[in-house]
Amino acid sequence: MNLVEIAFWGLSSLAIISAIMVLISKNPVHSVLWLIAVFFAISGHYILLNAQFLAIVNLIVYAGAIMVLFLFVIMLMNLNKERDPQKNVWIKLAGAVSGGCLLMVLVSLVKQANEVNTKQVEMGIGHIGLIKTLGKVLFTDFVVPFEISSVLFLSAMVGAVVIGKKDSKLENN
Amino acid sequence: MYLLSLDWLLLLEKFVLILIIVFTSLGIALYTTFAERKVAAILQDRPGPNRAGPFGLLQPLADGVKMFTKEEIIPTHANKWLFILGPGLAMTASLMTCAVIPWAGTITLRGHQFPIQIADVNVGLLYIFAVVSMGVYGVMIGGWASNNKFSLMAALRAASQAISYELAMGLSLIALLFTTGDLSLGTIVKQQQGHWWNVVYQPLGCLIFFICAMAECNRTPFDLPEAENELNFGYHQEYSSMKLGFYLFAEYINMIMSSAVMASLYFGGYDIPFVDDAKLYAGSLGDWTALIQVGVLLTKVVMFIFLFMWIRWTIPRFRYDQLMNLGWKTLIPLALFNMVVTGAVVILKINHWHF
Repeated sequence: MNLVEIAFWGLSSLAIISAIMVLISKNPVHSVLWLIAVFFAISGHYILLNAQFLAIVNLIVYAGAIMVLFLFVIMLMNLNKERDPQKNVWIKLAGAVSGGCLLMVLVSLVKQANEVNTKQVEMGIGHIGLIKTLGKVLFTDFVVPFEISSVLFLSAMVGAVVIGKKDSKLENN
Repeated sequence: MYLLSLDWLLLLEKFVLILIIVFTSLGIALYTTFAERKVAAILQDRPGPNRAGPFGLLQPLADGVKMFTKEEIIPTHANKWLFILGPGLAMTASLMTCAVIPWAGTITLRGHQFPIQIADVNVGLLYIFAVVSMGVYGVMIGGWASNNKFSLMAALRAASQAISYELAMGLSLIALLFTTGDLSLGTIVKQQQGHWWNVVYQPLGCLIFFICAMAECNRTPFDLPEAENELNFGYHQEYSSMKLGFYLFAEYINMIMSSAVMASLYFGGYDIPFVDDAKLYAGSLGDWTALIQVGVLLTKVVMFIFLFMWIRWTIPRFRYDQLMNLGWKTLIPLALFNMVVTGAVVILKINHWHF
């Protein structure tokens, strides 16, 4: 066992345990916090694959921004056990089926990915996730999809502004 | 030195370095609280704390003893685990920044090179940004777990303030990134040695970064999360004893870390002004230069901390809508403008000043 192997197994177990805790904790705030722990573990895996940029962006975007918004919503709604809406059996069944399908797809993907089957870590070797490689790929080979996705963000931003804008008719009345 | 095929020497070196840096930061933060009270006293024309020890120098210790011996109260309807986790998270997030700050150049000991920096990751700038965005959690979780309406309101305010000012901060850092072309803090500091400091190229970016850093630290013009006239005491209303101490202390450590980051990014870091550091290393001083460099960086940090305090005791608090207007309608457009201009100039320079 060298250092990276210990880190790999530690991070993997942390990720799995936290992911299970996300599902089984009753309090939604606890779920969000465990989800943040999952993101941290996955960022650790990115670092082991020498993809520092991905690791940090994962932390900034998911753990730093999206999860804060999740917490915002949950805290303002103040969900607790008594007021937790009772879910319908059919919804539960549908959830289980779709979740199972997703799991199947993921497992088959992992089985097909021969390249990573034998590898655990690429510390100091891999270069896919480095900022230079990523920037070059994004702005040469994939520049059109990249720009199109920015249009998507712009439309989302405009939508948010429209929703957030005060209705002048309501104020006058 | 290989057992379990681990490089124990590297682990030991980093462990010692982490201990030294973390405890030095804590020590400085301890005396920053004292300095804050003294600066406030000077600005308000009164003597300030002067009872404990010579010139009141033992005051921080007295404060610490008081904090530790106070009764710990956890409200009955509070969420106990999160209530304890909140201050811990706030403290951790504020101490995490010190990992990427280069405190001095490299020293050579028995043929080994020891950089005085815990980790020179090649995404240092983004790392700082990530840690800053983590800082919100301590406040939010603490405020929510207290099960108090005022605490919750203050926590939500703190989070929205932090998110708003992170944007402008990130945009100002992007402009800096254009000029340096590297994300590693070690490289950014090295580039500034023997050249102009980055503040010369990025004066507007530096100003925006400074304002945003102040907002992220919840320092006074931006201390709405603890606005006592509107929210009783803010997000730490239910806290007592050392848990309250952690929240208050995290603010001071945040201040030190953001000063150190600002010094590294815009003011040359450990670069000794008007002196060629490389010559000192080669000269009779040898590796002792590193010690001088640490001193120089700490001097810069202290100057920034003084600036923070000076502003705190001069300017009154913003109103909430003023705060949001400043963030979204002034700082973000300014940072965008700065980014566009910097980008244009950098591209012109690459094209040898031809359109």
